[in-house]
Amino acid sequence: MNIENMKNSHKLLKKYDYKLGTIDKGYTNRTLYINLDNNTIKSKAVTEEMKEKFIGGKGFGLKLLWDAVKPTTKWDDPENQIVIASGPVGGITQYPGAGKSLVVSISPLTGIVIDSNVGGYFGPYLKFSGWDALEIQGKADKDVIIAIDGNTGNVRIEEAPLEAVDGHVLGEQLTEMYADSEKDKRHISVVTAGTAAEHTLIGLLNFTFYDIRRKVARLKQAGRGGIGTVFRNKNIKALVVKFSGVKSDLNNPHDIGLINRAGIRLHKEIRKFDDNQCRMRQVGTANIIEIMDEYDLLPTHNYKFGSHPDTYKIASNVFRDKYLTQDKPDGCWYGCSMSCAKAADKFELKTGKYKGDLVTVDGPEYETAAGVGANCGIFDPEYILENNFYCDTYGVDTISFGTLVAFVMECYENGIINKDITGGLELNFGNGEAAMELLHQMSRGEGFGKIAGQGVRRMKKIFVEKYGADPEFLHDIGMEQKGLEFSEYLPKESLAQQGGYGLTNKGPQHDEAWLIFMDMVNNQIPTFEDKAEALHYFPMFRTWFGLCGLCKLPWNDIVPESNISAKEPAKIPEHVQNYVDIFNGVTGRNIDKEELIVQSERVYNFQRIFNIRMGVGRRVHDAVPYRSVGPVTVEEYESRSERYDKQLIEDVGYNPEGKSTEEKIKVMREYREDQYEQLIDAVYKRRGWTMDGVPKVEKLKEIGMDLPQLIEVIKDLQ
Amino acid sequence: MKRLDKNEELCIACHACEEVCSKAFFKESNLEKACLRIIEGEKVKIINCTQCGVCIDICPVEALSRGSNGVVRINKKDCVGCLMCVGFCPEEAFFQHDDHVEPFKCIACGLCVKACPTDAIFIKQ
Repeated sequence: MNIENMKNSHKLLKKYDYKLGTIDKGYTNRTLYINLDNNTIKSKAVTEEMKEKFIGGKGFGLKLLWDAVKPTTKWDDPENQIVIASGPVGGITQYPGAGKSLVVSISPLTGIVIDSNVGGYFGPYLKFSGWDALEIQGKADKDVIIAIDGNTGNVRIEEAPLEAVDGHVLGEQLTEMYADSEKDKRHISVVTAGTAAEHTLIGLLNFTFYDIRRKVARLKQAGRGGIGTVFRNKNIKALVVKFSGVKSDLNNPHDIGLINRAGIRLHKEIRKFDDNQCRMRQVGTANIIEIMDEYDLLPTHNYKFGSHPDTYKIASNVFRDKYLTQDKPDGCWYGCSMSCAKAADKFELKTGKYKGDLVTVDGPEYETAAGVGANCGIFDPEYILENNFYCDTYGVDTISFGTLVAFVMECYENGIINKDITGGLELNFGNGEAAMELLHQMSRGEGFGKIAGQGVRRMKKIFVEKYGADPEFLHDIGMEQKGLEFSEYLPKESLAQQGGYGLTNKGPQHDEAWLIFMDMVNNQIPTFEDKAEALHYFPMFRTWFGLCGLCKLPWNDIVPESNISAKEPAKIPEHVQNYVDIFNGVTGRNIDKEELIVQSERVYNFQRIFNIRMGVGRRVHDAVPYRSVGPVTVEEYESRSERYDKQLIEDVGYNPEGKSTEEKIKVMREYREDQYEQLIDAVYKRRGWTMDGVPKVEKLKEIGMDLPQLIEVIKDLQ
Repeated sequence: MKRLDKNEELCIACHACEEVCSKAFFKESNLEKACLRIIEGEKVKIINCTQCGVCIDICPVEALSRGSNGVVRINKKDCVGCLMCVGFCPEEAFFQHDDHVEPFKCIACGLCVKACPTDAIFIKQ
């Protein structure tokens, strides 16, 4: 198919011309609204109050989405939106990790807001084109592309019948189509989903950046919560933004020196220490595969265990030595010297519709290797790369895919489902061939892949209602909460991390709090109050990245020399100050590290109340499956019986001598579940919430977030 | 390959080299805008580019390249001002100033050599 034919087949539905405007201290002060029901395109003003209360990024997304939906809105209702925003700091090039886009929508998996933080050039280019955020509402009749030209100032909605749907093909086609030359390709960023996003609820969005050395459109993923499914449901094939002229001062920052100095400091730290710390530049986030295994934290066999004798086969150095191209600048935005966006080049696919093609695989990230690999008992690096590639191009989330396949495999091995139900797929742990086929079925919308693609929560219901499964057992082993599949850390031995997963707004994703080492390994937060403080501070601190258009990784995946003598080393105080500096440097405001937390608290509580407004977000919804808390089965208990017996004696005061494993599991469970409830009490108290998990009016007043629409939702729940 | 080299023992820290450099590059006398630096101390240190080329691979936009004479030059038009070259230079000889988006570096033009009264710096082919 030639690009010219594709382009000629486009039918222009709407063209909107706009004045380019200027960016003032990180803000364009307007957002772009598009409704595909009637092809409306308009500009909306950003108020000072909106900047004060919501900052930007995910904060803007949540605010705009709140205004767009009703408490009854479902993910596939036309009024549901996909909102994409950078943030006030987004687009600076001097500080690593400053090009993130924040995407929010009502999730098909959870029915509440999902937010996803993604790299690629789209967010910064959107802002430089004149828009702090992009709202897309309504549904197109036929597949459309929305194209923004940020240099000439126009937005086009075009029917696009001929282009591919799969991300890696479509990304290339549109980069080629909208660029005037090879050199112009770097000025294009494309957002796509993929074919499996159409048939499952775990669809993701790919955000591209053009890799000028590999000469390929790289794909970064807004993975969690099914936003790609919403995208395809709206009949959007792709979004394209084109902008040339990136410079470090395009945000018109208040004090560029503050930003320059912080950026150079961090670049130097990464140069000096990364090879001996996290090796992000060599292997990206995959550096922790073997570390997690060593600490019994790498989920294997649907989170039954935390390590496996075969982990060495998928250790980070295997990817580094055999597959990942080294010494390329792998930043997903300019200036990211952490460069964790690794890639395997010329990887030959063995299965599926692109079999035999030599492709560039983005990743694998730790989550992918752990999820589709270890958690499914598949310790094969080439399977992981192939699965990673197909998940991306088909547009499904590797985390949800890994966790739901692991669940399916445990159900299969327990006889809850069988070959008749799976259409002949022998979904035992370790069967990579069957798991690949399941993924291809998701792309084709066929067979058991279509059922699995509904996610763990819906599968549990189907298995109980259609196949007579024991609902309690499925509830225990189905690793989802609020409808979202758990990400890939085994939290059984860290109470704080159980809370880190359970007490999240969007569902069990580790981006709010990752406390395992602080809690379990270093024992820095022994009491409930300590854990509650950590479950207040870290989720708030981490929320802030998403308000500003930033990445979390350069905060603590590189540690400065000053940390040795820092009072609170887990916070990486020097880097916290960097963030204060770059925020003030861009916006001209004068926040300190305490105000930074309050900025997040406003948005965090807003999101919690958004959940409550949608019927979720109370204590009952913060319960977690017991598989994440302790050993469900005899097999699990006995695999670590020495550890558990010791805990029964020392922590519970129970003598396991002569007791059956079943009895010991029961006593252990009562103890651990009680611990989790006590943790919830402490965290709610620290966060200023009622014991039912509802933010208190006085808390909202304290943080300046007592907005009438919020009070309305919670006033009768105090 | 053409590059600036040094004999630090001969340096008297008169800063004439920095001055002539900043004047040539930025039309002003400002030692913070020179492409080499003289650091005074017990022993004088000269920070200078060796044209090693590490920055070429670091640059995300291929704004840095080596010319036929071996000198690494920056194409200011393509530069996005990320300053990774500044942070990753093994000699810490890639410089920036807040007045300018793009960083700057020595191109071994030799003006500083002519200004040096003690032959502490010289051009090596």
